[in-house]
Amino acid sequence: MALLSLRQLTKKFGGLFAVKDLSLDVERGRILSLIGPNGAGKSTVFNLITGIYRPTDGEIIFDGRRLNGLAPNAVAAAGIMRTFQNIRLFAFMTVLENVMVGQHARMHAALWDGALHTPLARREDAEVRKKAFGLLDFVGLRGFADEWARNLPYGMQRRLEIARALAGDPQLLLLDEPAAGTNPAEKHALMALVQSIRERGVTVVLIEHDMRLVMGISDEVHVLDYGEKIAAGTPEEVRHDPRVIEAYLGKGA
Amino acid sequence: MKSKSFGRGALLLLAIVLFAMPWLDKNSSHISAYADTGYIVLLAFGLNIIVGYTGLLALGFAAFFAIGAYTYGFLASPQLGIHLNFWPMLLVSAAVSALFGLILGAPTLRLRGDYLAIVTLGFGEIVPQVFQNLDKWTGGPDGIAGIDQPHLFHYAFGFNPVPYYYLYIAIIALSVWLLNNLRNSRLGRAWMAIREDELAAQHMGINTTTAKLSAFSMGAAFAGVAGVLFAAKLSTVSPGGFDFNTSVMILAAIVLGGMGNLAGVALGAVIIGLLNFLILPQSSNWIHGIGEQLHVSSLLNIDLNAYRFMIYGLILVFVMLFRPEGLIPSATRRAELHAELDEEPAV
Repeated sequence: MALLSLRQLTKKFGGLFAVKDLSLDVERGRILSLIGPNGAGKSTVFNLITGIYRPTDGEIIFDGRRLNGLAPNAVAAAGIMRTFQNIRLFAFMTVLENVMVGQHARMHAALWDGALHTPLARREDAEVRKKAFGLLDFVGLRGFADEWARNLPYGMQRRLEIARALAGDPQLLLLDEPAAGTNPAEKHALMALVQSIRERGVTVVLIEHDMRLVMGISDEVHVLDYGEKIAAGTPEEVRHDPRVIEAYLGKGA
Repeated sequence: MKSKSFGRGALLLLAIVLFAMPWLDKNSSHISAYADTGYIVLLAFGLNIIVGYTGLLALGFAAFFAIGAYTYGFLASPQLGIHLNFWPMLLVSAAVSALFGLILGAPTLRLRGDYLAIVTLGFGEIVPQVFQNLDKWTGGPDGIAGIDQPHLFHYAFGFNPVPYYYLYIAIIALSVWLLNNLRNSRLGRAWMAIREDELAAQHMGINTTTAKLSAFSMGAAFAGVAGVLFAAKLSTVSPGGFDFNTSVMILAAIVLGGMGNLAGVALGAVIIGLLNFLILPQSSNWIHGIGEQLHVSSLLNIDLNAYRFMIYGLILVFVMLFRPEGLIPSATRRAELHAELDEEPAV
């Protein structure tokens, strides 16, 4: 069974369809890319899955469970973590604290545990800290653990968002344009990073405009245009699909 | 490591000076002013949880202070003929204030920014009015008099400011410990994440509604404790002490000191408190003295207390102009983290 299934997912804003009748299965352990021109509804799909928007129609099934109507924090606890198209780090918290916050849903310490520094809080904090350092190692930011997140250069902020998302032990990771604004070297490193995330057993859905990156790492590519899926398949199939070429370049191209 | 031991030394020195204060300064009205500064510090700590950590602009914070003070007034005075012991009342009043924090927070915390500020401002205006108008129980504008004062074993605190001074120091020290723990706990990080980016915080699995509610009630609990101490030291409560001015004073203290940083907040509260209870009244006296010496009658009429809000306003303006992050802004805990980086093996 697929890890995530969207069934006839539809979202209307006023009279406009942002997403229309979108059905899509994400199999475990795959890297799936959503591509399409600006305004095609890709980020809306992420916002529907993570509970920012409620679907107008259709279903979101994750790991056998219906996610429709769950709040974002419940979706995170269910095992879906994400990054944002416009980086949304906790700017005035340290890099390490950002990753520690990412583990919130996996922790149990209550208010009084924290205030009284109970053995539970102490043990849990040590574990969380250790895991956070491990994730910073994984994305290559360990040396910046005590910097404020806002002080990192752009490319590193993107990697920190990924580490923060991984901290929540997701089964499914949603990456919203992780390569936007990064330089070619950073893009290259990002490709390797996404692949090693998959090797950790995390399924990845990627929204990306950089075609080299998309074609290089995706197992399958789904193309949206005006909220509807116009093509899907392996990178090779999609690349030669006339509808895709038309959506991107216009008729007669 | 050097800066850490320097910090410890400074802390030890501060503790010694605070402890020795009643010997260094024999003037009992000064000690009383130092003790009263203690409740400003506690209120600032409470408000700092809401405004500094969680980033929620709450304006009527004095309402929770009033609730704490009146709770003790009801349950430890001839007013209703109930005389509960002072020490457990510290926790009871904290709990009652926290409960009102929840009651106010539950319907309003969906509001953001300006709207929350307006609703909490309204709450801050309503609470003293309620105490004023329920005169059957609260004594109306005169308030409740003859409130019980604490005993420790057989020692009666009475109106001597010295034991209150030490009690404030003990409770503030305990508060610093609790708040430092909280700041570095799961919930403390959740509060700060909400302040930085509420939507992203929610996507990290934080239930932002309950986290904000806990910040509100925790902040209110500190105000409740401050209320009990305030009522016990004065042995009376009246609605006048809990108006909007008090709320503004607390807000000014945390902005001046450095929102979010405990040392900064304490410093800001001490400055505002001393200004309010010691420096302004004293310097009015000095000016009157100079006026008498020089036979300048206009100097005799100057009352600097009347200018206190102008002075707070000026302080806020200058802080915003020259040091918007406050006197001691939140640090990045650089030293602590560097020490850990060296110790921790690669994972």
